[in-house]
Amino acid sequence: MAITGLIFVGFILAHMYGNLMIFGGQAAFDEYAHHLRELGAPMLPESGFLWLMRITLIVALVLHAYAAFTLWARAGRARHQRYAVTKQGYGQFYAKAMRWGGVALLLFVVFHILHFTTNTIQINGDFAAPSDRLVSSFEVWWAVLIYLLAVLALGLHLRHGIHGAAMTLGLNTSLTAQRRIHQVAIAVAVVTVVGFMVPPFAILLGLTP
Amino acid sequence: MKVTLKIWRQDGPQDEGRMQTYALESVSEDMSFLEMLDVLNEELTARGEEPVAFDSDCREGICGMCGLVINGEAHGPERTTTCQLHMRSFKDGDEITIEPWRADAFPVIRDLVVDRSAFDRIVAAGGYISVNTGAAPDAHATPVPKENADRAFMAAECISCGACVAACPNASAMLFTGSKVTHLGELPQGQPERYARVLQMVDQHDAEGFGGCTNLGECSNACPKGIPLNVISQLNRDLNAAHRHR
Amino acid sequence: MTQTLIDGLYREGEPIVDTKAPAGPITDKWRTRVFDAKLVNPANRRKLSVIIVGTGLAGASAAATLGEGGYNVKAFCYQDSPRRAHSIAAQGGINAAKNYKGDGDSIFRLFYDTVKGGDYRSRETNVYRLAEVSANIIDQCVAQGVPFAREYGGLLDNRSFGGVQVSRTFYARGQTGQQLLIGAYQALERQVGAGTVQMYARHEMLELIVADGRARGIVARDLVTGEVQTHLADAVVLASGGYGNVFFLSTNAMGSNVTASWRAHRKGAHFANPCYTQIHPTCIPVSGEHQSKLTLMSESLRNDGRIWVPKRREDCDKDPRDIPEEDRDYYLERIYPSFGNLVPRDIASRQAKNVCDEGRGVGPKVGDFRRGVYLDFASAMERMGEDAVRAKYGNLFDMYQRITGEDPYQVPMRIYPAVHYTMGGLWVDYDLQSTIPGLFVTGEANFSDHGANRLGASALMQGLADGYFVLPNTIRHYLADGPYEPVPEDHPAVVEAQQSVQDRVQQLLAVNGERSVDSFHRELGNIMWEYCGMERSEEGLRKAVDLIRSLREEFWRNVRVLGAADTLNQSLEKAGRVADFLELGELMCIDALHRRESCGGHFRAESQTEDGEALRHDDEYAYVAAWEWGGDDGAPVLHKEDLQYEFIELKQRSYK
Ligand SMILES: Cc1cc2nc3c(=O)[nH]c(=O)nc-3n(C[C@H](O)[C@H](O)[C@H](O)COP(=O)(O)OP(=O)(O)OC[C@H]3O[C@@H](n4cnc5c(N)ncnc54)[C@H](O)[C@@H]3O)c2cc1C
Ligand code: HEM
Ligand code: HEM
Ligand code: SF4
Ligand code: F3S
Ligand code: FES
Repeated sequence: MAITGLIFVGFILAHMYGNLMIFGGQAAFDEYAHHLRELGAPMLPESGFLWLMRITLIVALVLHAYAAFTLWARAGRARHQRYAVTKQGYGQFYAKAMRWGGVALLLFVVFHILHFTTNTIQINGDFAAPSDRLVSSFEVWWAVLIYLLAVLALGLHLRHGIHGAAMTLGLNTSLTAQRRIHQVAIAVAVVTVVGFMVPPFAILLGLTP
Repeated sequence: MKVTLKIWRQDGPQDEGRMQTYALESVSEDMSFLEMLDVLNEELTARGEEPVAFDSDCREGICGMCGLVINGEAHGPERTTTCQLHMRSFKDGDEITIEPWRADAFPVIRDLVVDRSAFDRIVAAGGYISVNTGAAPDAHATPVPKENADRAFMAAECISCGACVAACPNASAMLFTGSKVTHLGELPQGQPERYARVLQMVDQHDAEGFGGCTNLGECSNACPKGIPLNVISQLNRDLNAAHRHR
Repeated sequence: MTQTLIDGLYREGEPIVDTKAPAGPITDKWRTRVFDAKLVNPANRRKLSVIIVGTGLAGASAAATLGEGGYNVKAFCYQDSPRRAHSIAAQGGINAAKNYKGDGDSIFRLFYDTVKGGDYRSRETNVYRLAEVSANIIDQCVAQGVPFAREYGGLLDNRSFGGVQVSRTFYARGQTGQQLLIGAYQALERQVGAGTVQMYARHEMLELIVADGRARGIVARDLVTGEVQTHLADAVVLASGGYGNVFFLSTNAMGSNVTASWRAHRKGAHFANPCYTQIHPTCIPVSGEHQSKLTLMSESLRNDGRIWVPKRREDCDKDPRDIPEEDRDYYLERIYPSFGNLVPRDIASRQAKNVCDEGRGVGPKVGDFRRGVYLDFASAMERMGEDAVRAKYGNLFDMYQRITGEDPYQVPMRIYPAVHYTMGGLWVDYDLQSTIPGLFVTGEANFSDHGANRLGASALMQGLADGYFVLPNTIRHYLADGPYEPVPEDHPAVVEAQQSVQDRVQQLLAVNGERSVDSFHRELGNIMWEYCGMERSEEGLRKAVDLIRSLREEFWRNVRVLGAADTLNQSLEKAGRVADFLELGELMCIDALHRRESCGGHFRAESQTEDGEALRHDDEYAYVAAWEWGGDDGAPVLHKEDLQYEFIELKQRSYK
């Protein structure tokens, strides 16, 4: 779980960096999208790297979701009789946020791929260049809202997930370590949310070059 | 002061339970929570109703026998054991809901009493250092760095009360298991069996039907001895290493 | 047998002459005994079974060790896990003659201190052995992973405890008992895992089975299902702890009881020195009628706190901070200028009672009196600074604040003595065997090592010495003659024991009277505390015997136990225990009455020096009083075991 989660973290950060390219102008962004496909050439065929990454991500996602649902089911089996009163602590909150948030992320990813990668879902017109698709989509407020919700869910998932991954990897062995891990988790979560949401908002508000 | 108590009553392991409401007057704030229940039981007995069964023994916060979920919190609103909780933590007129630890690995025996023998079995699976009586070297033969001794002690403070399980949204017993793994793993005497121990204990933990840990941290918040979350991380670290050794 | 009936209260029987200690110099006795004890072939051990009642330090250590040896062990405890035995609550530490500090400690010095601390009423041979094996205990515990306090160099730390001049007390913060018990518990669980020990938690022993003159098993009630079970074995060990709960309020756990010992007593095991009770001076006072137990605060508080009460009764309900220095009576410092606040437990306790009896106690009134004295850290805070006090005693202060709701950094703490430990118990010989062959008794349940007063940090030592090192060697000698003829389930002794347990359970449920079990227990406790507590007098004790008898009579007529026999029924459990306390209480009073001297924890008003100190009478009372059960209607029979002091000279204690 920790490994798959951290693969996602790596992807997410890279992806976010890529998205920020939009500020380098549409050409830069398209160059980046293209570059993705060229990466590793000539050792890899066209789009080879991309497919390698996609496969890794899909495998990771399957494993991740499998582990998550197994844990979920186990938790259900471990407590059939529920409490009449439960105090809503952080733990209870994250227990729900991780699971439902995870499912939401999964749905979002499907939507998102249909939207950007396959161009199946078209918002505000049909464009060939990725940058155009991006810009045109985020000129629509509800598209921004969908992405905002998804990215917030992602932020929560990362806030807890990074701490959890460090715990699972055995990195938290003292109170100081624990404090650092929390700091890193919060930092990554904030950076992710802000980093992802800057382009859509910039587009919505017409601030892109 | 007066309080209204909503208490889980259940006749036996196979029976259905229900919440029952009792009004209790003349509660003094110097009473411990369990003394308050003693008073209730005296009243119930006088009325010819069966008293509420609950566990306690030392009433000093060390034996780990007591434990109730009070208003949704394991051991109630203070960070201590139920027996060390006092009525001054409540207000006149409060409504207090009292339930047993809930986890399938801790089946209810009666009312608020649960069966925690799963913990003993986790320890029996490997939570020890194998040294027969009389086979020990002189106590000073192996010095232990103070840092390790202190961390071992911190982890060994666990009183096996089960509040961690009660509070964990997954009903996982990883804090309990992690505390034992950390206690013994921190000492030179515990090294030979370090990896076998963690594998066996975790296997037993899972076999008992506890949930898996997803690092939610409620266990440590509820722990009356303040066992920190890092014992779980230590357990994971040892577990990862153990898999590598296998 | 001399059959003189003394006031109808007791009879005197034959003295006990042989305690089975080997001859020879005291330093060689134990080695001789271990060597002479017969061996059991490892292949035969599997065929030999032992029942151990109790999983405290004394029981768990014995069960683990015998399990490791390959014997077939069944262990019982009434709690839900063996790790919860009352030993868990011990705070202070455990003594051992390791001399790691190089301050002149030795086996002989520990031996000497323990005998003197016991006010010369313990058996020299047993105490010497205790001191001898004490060092091995620490080795064993460290190897098991007990996290004792350590110094920066990585070696074990020691402190001095209970007024002795050497540092020989090993400790694990304020949780020595918990850490030692967890060590023993882990060793026990290891054997449970290995299949040599079968653990019966939530089982209570309610009867001993004595077949053909030997202890051969027990009848136990499964506290969850109510099933009354018979368990048979080649030998039975009782490690069932102390009986301080006869006083209702004590520092013992709620479930601590005398039932196992008392049932054995009724089956022929002598009960020795029942009246020797230790009253600990620094407990948190009673706060009201609801009080269910008392909490001990470490004695170490007396190192820096000063104990006082107002000089005048009128000042007792004033805010202590408003009472000027000249109106305070630091009575321990006044009466014992050289020891001051550090006098032994029994003296500190009795003086607290005296000042409260004079009406100078402080805190809320419980009954007619205020029962509390101040333990004041104001001058310590001035001298060391508040932070230093916090560093040293912070956790104790927090505990005090949690329980009382008062802040001891602002207002002086209030303390009062409370029943803490019982030195008396089933009589055992050098082999820890009782007067019933095959019945062994270890730990606080036996009487052997502490005489009339126990030194701090020596009960843990005794429990583990008995369980790890002594019993496994001596019981082997008894088992070597086994396996004994199997006892059939329809043996008259088994049937009788089973039936009597069933009957008693039914009887308790059938009374259906007016009063709860707790109300009887509380009343018994009041009688015991009043008349058989810190100060005892002939008149009071006689009165107590009458009061207890009529209370017992009322109990069987008027107790109300609701619920059924076949479920978890905590009132029923308590009722059985209180019924036995009601019999024990009488024997304690008779023992206290017959011993017309003051020694250790036993202070007879009639036997004191001119300035009110305890006065022993070695010419008349240097013996162990071992009581034989005299039947339901008969009087108990006193057997005296004379105490011979060959190595230590008897002296009157003085702390002036
Ligand atoms: C608050 C407190 C602090 C103390 N501090 C210290 C200290 O610092 N140093 C020191 O040396 N000593 C100390 N003592 C004394 C010491 O803790 C005890 O004397 C000692 O632990 C007794 O151990 P034990 O094994 O004999 O019995 P216990 O630990 O009392 O065990 C009794 C066992 O018998 C079982 N049992 C009892 N009756 C039955 C029955 N009928 N059927 C089945 N099972 C039964 C119980 O379940 C339990 O397992 C302290 C005592 C108290 C109360
Ligand atoms: C099927 C959908 C998903 C579900 C049900 C789900 C559920 C969970 C759960 C329960 C955890 C906690 C595991 C623990 O703490 O041990 C977790 C961790 C994590 N998740 Fe997800 N998740 C899902 C999808 C995703 C996606 C799409 C991403 C990335 C964008 C992601 C990233 C992470 C990360 C980084 C962790 C931390 C790893 C760890 O704790 O070990 N998850 N997830
Ligand atoms: C505002 C935020 C986001 C923007 C603007 C954005 C933009 C894009 C674009 C333009 C692509 C297409 C790239 C290409 O095909 O060349 C893409 C692909 C993708 N994005 Fe996002 N994305 C955002 C958020 C997310 C989030 C939160 C996730 C994950 C939880 C995610 C996961 C993916 C995935 C898995 C792909 C497919 C990669 C592939 O296999 O081709 N994206 N994104
Ligand atoms: S870890 Fe804490 S909460 Fe869990 S059993 Fe131990 S003491 Fe209780
Ligand atoms: S609350 Fe539960 S999920 Fe893990 S961190 Fe604690 S065991
Ligand atoms: S009763 Fe022992 S910890 Fe609460």
